[in-house]
Amino acid sequence: MREEILNLLEKNSRLTEKEIAAMIGAEEEAVAAEIKAMEKEKIICGYHTMVDWDKMPDEKVTALIELKVSPMRGEGFDRTAERISKFEEVSSVYLLSGSSSDLIVTIEGQTLKEVSHFVAAKIAPMESVLSTATHFVLKKYKDHSVMFEVEDDEDERIQIMP
Amino acid sequence: MKNPLSNTVVQIKPSGIRKFFDIVSEMPEAISLGVGEPDFDTPWHICDEGIYSLEKGKTFYTSNSGLLELRTEICKWYEQKYEVHFDPRKECLITVGGSEGIDLALRAMINPGDEVIIPEPCYVSYLPCVELAGGVPVSIPLKNENQFKLKPEELLDALTEKSKILILSYPNNPTGAVMTREDLLPIAEIAVEKDLIVISDEIYSELTYGTEKHCSIGSLPGMAERTVIVNGFSKAYAMTGWRLGYALAPALIAEQMTKIHQFAIMCAPTTSQYAAVNAIREGDKDIERMRQSYDKRRRFLMKQFEELGLPCFEPFGAFYVFPCIREFGLTSDEFANRLLQEEKLAVVPGNAFGDCGEGFLRISYAYSIDELREAMGRIERFITKLRNEKSSC
Repeated sequence: MREEILNLLEKNSRLTEKEIAAMIGAEEEAVAAEIKAMEKEKIICGYHTMVDWDKMPDEKVTALIELKVSPMRGEGFDRTAERISKFEEVSSVYLLSGSSSDLIVTIEGQTLKEVSHFVAAKIAPMESVLSTATHFVLKKYKDHSVMFEVEDDEDERIQIMP
Repeated sequence: MKNPLSNTVVQIKPSGIRKFFDIVSEMPEAISLGVGEPDFDTPWHICDEGIYSLEKGKTFYTSNSGLLELRTEICKWYEQKYEVHFDPRKECLITVGGSEGIDLALRAMINPGDEVIIPEPCYVSYLPCVELAGGVPVSIPLKNENQFKLKPEELLDALTEKSKILILSYPNNPTGAVMTREDLLPIAEIAVEKDLIVISDEIYSELTYGTEKHCSIGSLPGMAERTVIVNGFSKAYAMTGWRLGYALAPALIAEQMTKIHQFAIMCAPTTSQYAAVNAIREGDKDIERMRQSYDKRRRFLMKQFEELGLPCFEPFGAFYVFPCIREFGLTSDEFANRLLQEEKLAVVPGNAFGDCGEGFLRISYAYSIDELREAMGRIERFITKLRNEKSSC
């Protein structure tokens, strides 16, 4: 049941417990209890909204920073990754396989300058960080399986068909 | 001027859906639960294969029966899934949608006066296609209390000396009914005993819910030689606009169907055929993803009907529910018209699918949950109003 609930919520977190229960053929109380439990266990870590900020007037900049990091004895990359994660400006941190970079970090800020400054002042000087490569995002096409720029999302089907 | 028209064609009743459609299309603000096609886009890997075939310049006719590669894949797939064996060279024909397959099968088999048994409610093309082919349609009104399955005694009652063909369509449009292997066995026995040919329209075969998967009547004892299976890519792979279907039939029948197809159509669209090869090879996971999504919506609607106290048998196939609206004392047309005028919601009156569909509505759940939620809110408001009207007079 957990997987079914998660699949539904991941796509649409506004579904009510009652609706989820109907859709998966379970009792409403049971669904509510599972969701509570998964929130507690941090399987469900939050309920967010997909926003295309490009459509808002305010400027917003996103950058992907590739980091080459020297692993620490006994802790590998965890310590560095966790330290970077603590910064509010950082929205995601992933550890990668492959040799070109170890961590990829997403940073959000108001301006290019602000983001560059943050990288130069906070990330690059960290002892374990060997090198950084900053890529500014020019345009987001798809995120969390959602296409941002769908030109014609209207239902084009003929309304009444046998 | 001579009468330019064919009497046979003129006598055919226009589809009941047509006039309702005309009203709906005047109301752009209305929302609809009236479509008969998936709301999913064709999976991209399938589109991509179609595009690639164009890039490679595959823009010529294929053989009349269709690409052998595609026919081979279809026969293999059908055998694996539904335990029916057909020879891709002689017993498989690629058609322009499932509808062409129905028409071809009827035209290939009917002699003037032959009776074709049509259990109703059913898809709207069977009856006119029988008439166009010179046959005599014999309707069997199926019953809500039997969950719109065809019962052996109903079939026996409809048989005469002239009975030749039975059209079976499960999972069913418009009722969503399915027939399991157990349900089909006695029907198959009658078909064998009474020498009937069955045209089995299995276009919704991939969309079944609950524990039982679709069973093809062609897989039952004695049926392989007397079953024409019609299926296609529209519903299973969300490929309605590609217009691609197929018929599997004993060589004797397939040969004559191919003859008509050759003269009338030449061959099914080449681009669609290449896309379909990819669909059948790599599309099973897409079918499953869409099926699960429909199933959730189906349950969502059933729950809502239960709460509204609107009687509706649980359908285990296709993407339709077929609730009964007799309690309101309105005909299906009246109900659907008022629902459209007063709540701006379009559904299809059940009688569009045969007289015995009177008193029912076909509601499609090929819509997002958000759309279904909004639509059900409108239905709730409407039937609450009707119930209040009734209790106050």
